[in-house]
Amino acid sequence: MSNDFYTLKVNGENHQVLDAWTGESLLWVLRERLGFPGAKNACEEGECGSCSVRIDEEIVCSCLVLAGSAIDQEITTIEGLAPEGELGDVQQAFIEAGAVQCGFCTPGLLVTIDHLLEENQNPDDLTVREAISGNLCRCTGYGRILEAVQIAAASRRGENHE
Amino acid sequence: MSDLKIETPVSGPRIGESAPRPDGVPKVNGSFAFSSDLWHKNMLWGGTLRSPFPSARITRLDITEALLIDGVQAVLTHEDVPGQNLYGLEHADQPVMAEEIIRYEGEPVAIVAADHPEIVRRALNAIQVEYEEMAPLTDPELAEETDFIHPDGNLIRRINLRHGDQEVQGEIQVEGIYEVGMQDQAFLGLESGLAVPGEDGGVDLYISTQWLHADRSQVASCLGLEEERVRITLAGVGGAFGAREDLSLHVHLCMLAMRTNRAVKMIYSREESFHGHVHRHPAKMWYRHHADSKGNLLRVEAKVLLDGGAYASSSGAVIANATCFAAGPYRIPSADIEGVVVRTNNPPCGAMRGFGAVQTCVGHEAQMDKLASALNMDPVEIRIKNALKPGDKLLTGQTITGTAPVAEVIQTCAEHTSTYQESTDPMSLPGGAGRTADPEHISRGEAIAVGFKNLMFSEGFDDFSSALCQLENGVATITCACAEVGQGFVTLAQQITREILGVEEVILAPAATQTVGSAGSTSASRQTWMSGGAVQKACEEVRVKLLEKLAVEHQVDIDNLVLVDGQVTSLNEDFTISLEEATSEPLEARVEYRHAPTFPLDENGQGDAHVSFAFSAHKAVVDVDPELGLVKVVELITSQDVGRLLNPLQAVGQLEGGAAQGLGLAVMEEVLVTEGNIRNASFTDYLIPTALDMPPVEIAAIIEQPEPGAPFGAKGIGEPPSISSTAAVVAAIREATDLELPRVPVRFTDIVSVEED
Repeated sequence: MSNDFYTLKVNGENHQVLDAWTGESLLWVLRERLGFPGAKNACEEGECGSCSVRIDEEIVCSCLVLAGSAIDQEITTIEGLAPEGELGDVQQAFIEAGAVQCGFCTPGLLVTIDHLLEENQNPDDLTVREAISGNLCRCTGYGRILEAVQIAAASRRGENHE
Repeated sequence: MSDLKIETPVSGPRIGESAPRPDGVPKVNGSFAFSSDLWHKNMLWGGTLRSPFPSARITRLDITEALLIDGVQAVLTHEDVPGQNLYGLEHADQPVMAEEIIRYEGEPVAIVAADHPEIVRRALNAIQVEYEEMAPLTDPELAEETDFIHPDGNLIRRINLRHGDQEVQGEIQVEGIYEVGMQDQAFLGLESGLAVPGEDGGVDLYISTQWLHADRSQVASCLGLEEERVRITLAGVGGAFGAREDLSLHVHLCMLAMRTNRAVKMIYSREESFHGHVHRHPAKMWYRHHADSKGNLLRVEAKVLLDGGAYASSSGAVIANATCFAAGPYRIPSADIEGVVVRTNNPPCGAMRGFGAVQTCVGHEAQMDKLASALNMDPVEIRIKNALKPGDKLLTGQTITGTAPVAEVIQTCAEHTSTYQESTDPMSLPGGAGRTADPEHISRGEAIAVGFKNLMFSEGFDDFSSALCQLENGVATITCACAEVGQGFVTLAQQITREILGVEEVILAPAATQTVGSAGSTSASRQTWMSGGAVQKACEEVRVKLLEKLAVEHQVDIDNLVLVDGQVTSLNEDFTISLEEATSEPLEARVEYRHAPTFPLDENGQGDAHVSFAFSAHKAVVDVDPELGLVKVVELITSQDVGRLLNPLQAVGQLEGGAAQGLGLAVMEEVLVTEGNIRNASFTDYLIPTALDMPPVEIAAIIEQPEPGAPFGAKGIGEPPSISSTAAVVAAIREATDLELPRVPVRFTDIVSVEED
């Protein structure tokens, strides 16, 4: 250990990571060192997507990313999806559509879907299914999640979802 | 006392409406604290050393080197267990840590607390254990004739159910042998928790669980503490599905915290989780069905063998369900069912959604299809012809006194016209993203299945829930130890409270052992009825107290008092008071709620052992590429008996989610165990359905026939969706392939005939 540190830019703000072991994953550093517990740890081997965060324009499993490799990049977690005290359109749609049960997969899905809708405001069913196929949910069977995506997509297009 | 007719105001969603979850916002903004998110000043990390062998004798256990590692604060073994080194849901037969004998792969041997998880890992590696391996007992069929692997013996429970005239023979007889593989609950939130040493020599434990008070009594006994000094609070639960009904890291965490006098946090890895909780019992089942030439069921004979694994867990109750519901929701005058669950050196099995009824549904529904085929009858017709209805007797001799819309669920499901629009995208073919299937070769199959099980605990168990309702300044606070695991009880508790007290704001106090009595387990589809009933009763008592108080204080007739729009008003006198003012002095009621009593099964498996039953049907449509053995479930259609719908949106979530788990068991999910070792303890190798595997679930009908004796007439709805879905999917694959497929999950090698040299 030393007094070395590196800086990660999370949700628009710089955070110093002090005295860290270089082997630590981005998921660990976010959760245990920087106070962003929203990304979850359901498998820590890149299979479940519950740790999904955005690095620049890419969705990654933060459990598979070395934290130190994410310097000089924009990291967005669930905590940064909307200004504090507000909900983004996908978050709102998840509540409305009943897409939340235990909620453990929810942060990873929200980050993934928010990114999908940024690229495609009119995704068809199969496109959505493929986009979220790396995010496992054990409670919902995905039906209400797919519904929430369409509600949020409609709202991004400025329409009311029927 | 509660027969007063009271109108309630319209503020906030009440019973029957799709109220939003009170934990919805924190769950979507990342602030909801799951048990893995907990943090305490100066806390340590814990870890567990597990046996790599399924059957062994420990010949040497040396922790010296581990203790010398800088940052290691405690290394504990069975010698450090302060109380009884045994726990269990029904029988205390499972060691907190192994003493000498190892009975399954992954059995805990030692535990460590250290400053950082990496130091925990190093310390676990530094513990020296020498094992003398023994031949594991892995075949449940040999268990009873093999030397005991546990002082309690290798037979966990046998039930010989005999019902009706044993001499009956059917003109038509069909026979089959079926198997169900071991399924994992695969909740996403790994076992995790935080223990904090108490100043009184006790301990505070924050944990994911399904049943706080059952945990408390087991933990207290293992710690050698009075129950009052073990305080357990529910932390955020990332799904459960049965896997959290037994203890996992509870005692270990408390031991480490008490030894180090510091807070200790522990999180299992996914691999460890596969070893750290019980699974759905693998089953082997033999059936012979007898019918007359018109398709009337006359008799069912069956033998059901469940592999309980190394420890008893809830196996005794699982085999009771598997036996009682072995033949499905049909009217059958004669039966001979043998249900057996045995101990082996395989991973311990216990509760999982559907609890014994899932396995037998695979068997009895395959038999019904065989009967239909032998009689040249329509599979739907033969099911409806034999469907149970109120007043009929179960195989246990119990008469169904409540609702039983079996024909209705079958009929509505079978007749439903799908609105599903077929996709022509190659991604929708069997094989999905692999895009390997040739559309020309696809064979489609469609089939229906029906299933049922009991709600709540059976066989004379003293099943109750407790709740405290406090009403002050117009705000209600509900305290109930019901474990919210994602199912949405918190939403229902608010709806029920609003319905009865007419309040808008309902605060839910934390679920904990130290503030309220037991709510019983979040399992057996029981909390809507049981804790819903307790909350209802507590609120009603508070309402009566309030009205009695107002009647006396203001000299008004209690029979004319109504609660409207946050006010109490008299219908015929000039009297109105706001609820806020009327409750400036707090009112409260603490209650216990019990369902109607049940009774043990007698030596012939007969008796009024159950309270109530819920029924469901599924129709599955599948595409199969027979050359590649690939299956795509195209659509699921379902009808379910719910008693009364309390929250439509949450109900849909249960129906869809339960069907997904059933689909998983049908086509992809199995814990592979070879010689007692789990071969696929990861999400890389144990696959659960993704959004691409899961088809739309179309709800043909939600049958609302209020159940007598149930609070609001509502039945629990969590388990039935997982019962008939598996059987429907495998039946549809049989239709598509003309193969017998007696085993689930159906593997591609079951479809593609592999020629052996």
